[in-house]
Parts: sequence; C-alpha cells; structure tokens
Amino acid sequence: MTQSDFPTRRGALKCLAYGGAGTLFTLSGGVLLASDLAQAATKTKHHAALGTPLFVQISDTHIGFNKEANPDVAGTLKESIALINAMPEKPALVLHTGNITQLARPDQFDAAAQILSGLNVSDVHYVPGEHDVADAGGGKEFMDRFGKPSNNRGYYSFDSSGVHFVALINVLDFKPGGLGILGDDQLAWLKDDLAGRSSSQPIVVFAHMPLWTIYEPWGWGTGDAEQAFALLRRFGSVTVLNGHIHQIVSKVEGNITFQTARATCFPQPKAGDGPGPGPLTVDASVLPSMLGVRTVRYTPDPLAMSVKDIALG
Amino acid sequence: MRSQILVGAAVAGALAFCAARAVPAASEVAIKNFNFGPPAITVAVGTTVNWHNNDGEPHTVVSADGLFRSAALDTGESFSYTFTKAGTFKYVCTIHPRMVATVTVK
Repeated sequence: MTQSDFPTRRGALKCLAYGGAGTLFTLSGGVLLASDLAQAATKTKHHAALGTPLFVQISDTHIGFNKEANPDVAGTLKESIALINAMPEKPALVLHTGNITQLARPDQFDAAAQILSGLNVSDVHYVPGEHDVADAGGGKEFMDRFGKPSNNRGYYSFDSSGVHFVALINVLDFKPGGLGILGDDQLAWLKDDLAGRSSSQPIVVFAHMPLWTIYEPWGWGTGDAEQAFALLRRFGSVTVLNGHIHQIVSKVEGNITFQTARATCFPQPKAGDGPGPGPLTVDASVLPSMLGVRTVRYTPDPLAMSVKDIALG
Repeated sequence: MRSQILVGAAVAGALAFCAARAVPAASEVAIKNFNFGPPAITVAVGTTVNWHNNDGEPHTVVSADGLFRSAALDTGESFSYTFTKAGTFKYVCTIHPRMVATVTVK
C-alpha cells in the first residue's frame, strides 16, 4: 500500500465527520489516515498477536429518558453492551464519557449500573455529564457512586498498558453563555499530573463536554480548555474523547486528535440545524445507525492510535 | 357636605395608599422551549415562587449564589422557593446553562 493509495488528509477529515460503521482511522506520527475495514482486520490480527490492548468508549446512555426519540434507552444500551461483549478481542477497559442518567436519580443510577454490569469488561471508568450532576445535591449522587477515584473532585488519572488516561470534569460550572469549564483547581492538578512525564507516553483525555469549541451558540465547547492543551501539546500522541453532542465530530491539531462520540440513546441535530441541541427523532429504521460505541487501540512501535466507530445497525 | 368631602378624601387617600403598596407579584414561572417565562419577575419578601417544567426536556433551577437548587425537573414537575430576603437573584438551568433569569425581591 503506497502513500498515494490513502485519501488526502482533507479527505480523511471529511470521512471523520461521518464516522461510518466500518471506517478505521489510524493516527500515525500525528497524521490521521483512513483505511477500510478489510485492511484494518489484517492489521488488527497483527496487533492482537503483539498483545496490544483495546479500549472502548461509550457515551450518553441517558438511562431514564423515555420520550419519542427513543422510548427504550435501556434496550439500546443493552445492545451496545452485547456489541462490545461480542468483540473478538476482549477490551482492557471501558470509558463512559457521561450522561449515564437522564435526571441523576438514584433509581436511574441503579438501573444503569445493573445494565452496565452486563459488560464482560470489569474495568470501567466514568466522568459525569451535566445530567448526572443535576440532582439537588449538585453532583452528590454521581460522586457517591463514582467519586472515589477522584476523591469526589471529578478529575483523576490512571495508567493502563503504557497509556496515561486523564479524566476531566467540565460540567460542574459553566461560562456565562453555556460553555463548560475546567476551573483553576483542575488545571493546576493537570499541570502537576503531566509534569515529568515522557513526551512519548501516549495520553488519552476523556471528558463529557467537547474540549474544543464546536458550536458556541449551543454550548458545545469548554471555555478554558486551551489552558489544558498548552500543557498537552508537548506529547507525541494525545487522543481526546468526548461525548455530549450525540454525534461524531472530529478535529486533528498537530499531535492531538479530538473526537466526540455517538450516544447509545438518541442522536442530536448537527450544529445549528434547528432551534437547539435537543433529542432528534428519526425513523426507527435509521436510529440504530446513529447510535454506537467506539474502540481505541494503541500500538507502541511505531506510535499509533487507532479509533474505530461501530454503529448499532 | 363637608363630612362627605372629608370621607371622600379619606377613601381616596386609602385607595392611593393601597395602590402604592401593591407590588406586581408574579410567583409562577413556566419553563418552556428552553426559556424561563417570565425571565425577570419581581416579588415581595416572603413570596413563594413556583417553577413548572412544561418543556419536553428536563431542566434545573439553580441560583447563581448558592441560595437555592432544584433537583432535575422532568416534564410536568415543579420546584418552589420562598424568598425571605430582598435582593436580585440570578438563576440558571445547569443542564442548559444558556437559560438564565432573575427574581427581584422587594
């Protein structure tokens, strides 16, 4: 396969905006290349032979939602879990990028936990969405269940298979006008967390709200994210995984790849397409193609991060 | 005749006094189409304001200064708060933070 067989970077970026069921994107040396699934399958076998782990991102499960756009969000979450469990190679861990529940109610957290316990993967890491911290306690329900790794601050980090994972929270406070905020304490912690790390260590940053401005009128962005990226830019491979907008939008900037994800519950309109970012009702036959999960694979030599989006149907 | 004028004046004075004392007190706020309606209300100290979510989406009612915070309100659910101090209180929906409104308490 020669360089000319790959689409241009512009073409790859166009492809990224659609994120079809069978497209594989590989980040290699900071350049994102698109290749079809058949080639990827061969590569996947090779990588599996190397013992390189697979990670999964799920997002926006909204357990408790019961309106027209999807009257059975528990059902589509179960289908998403079945999809993950059926993967030929078992993922090492799962990231949930938030909006686990619709209303941050105890019974909704309980129902979500019960369904998610059906995952064959036991290592699951959470960040909250704005729905998850909408209880009268301002996030107590989420923190009671998932706050331990962060001492109830919402931000934390961990290492797995040589990759450094950074969980950020950007839904506890909001810029006037609606963009998410990280806040000074979290940024100070991040600076400390990254200090002294080798720039060749791959970083995965996950947070609910998009960490770049996709569409400000709908609050799709994080006001002080640039301060985080000033700290992250020196690293050779940074993958940013977000949720919130219930569709895939991507950006590549140097060594940083930004990706939002599909939801497992319902889609939302494209930026600016309609009065607001509410649930988008689509034909039942089309809904599965707009929901899904994502796998992320890291291979160390040469440094490459592969992101694959898999729709429910 | 003089007594009638005096009574009339007294009644007029009483009516004027009542009119000056009455403050337009909208104590109901309807949440619809990602808006608080009306977005700015004025109430007397001691008034209970009731917020009703008539929207398809859930919303919260959270004061900017930490004074009050509702749970997430689903369609058809309500939240109440009684204002015991005068002031201007900005509040927001934390799920859709572009939704901002105020309650002025006199």
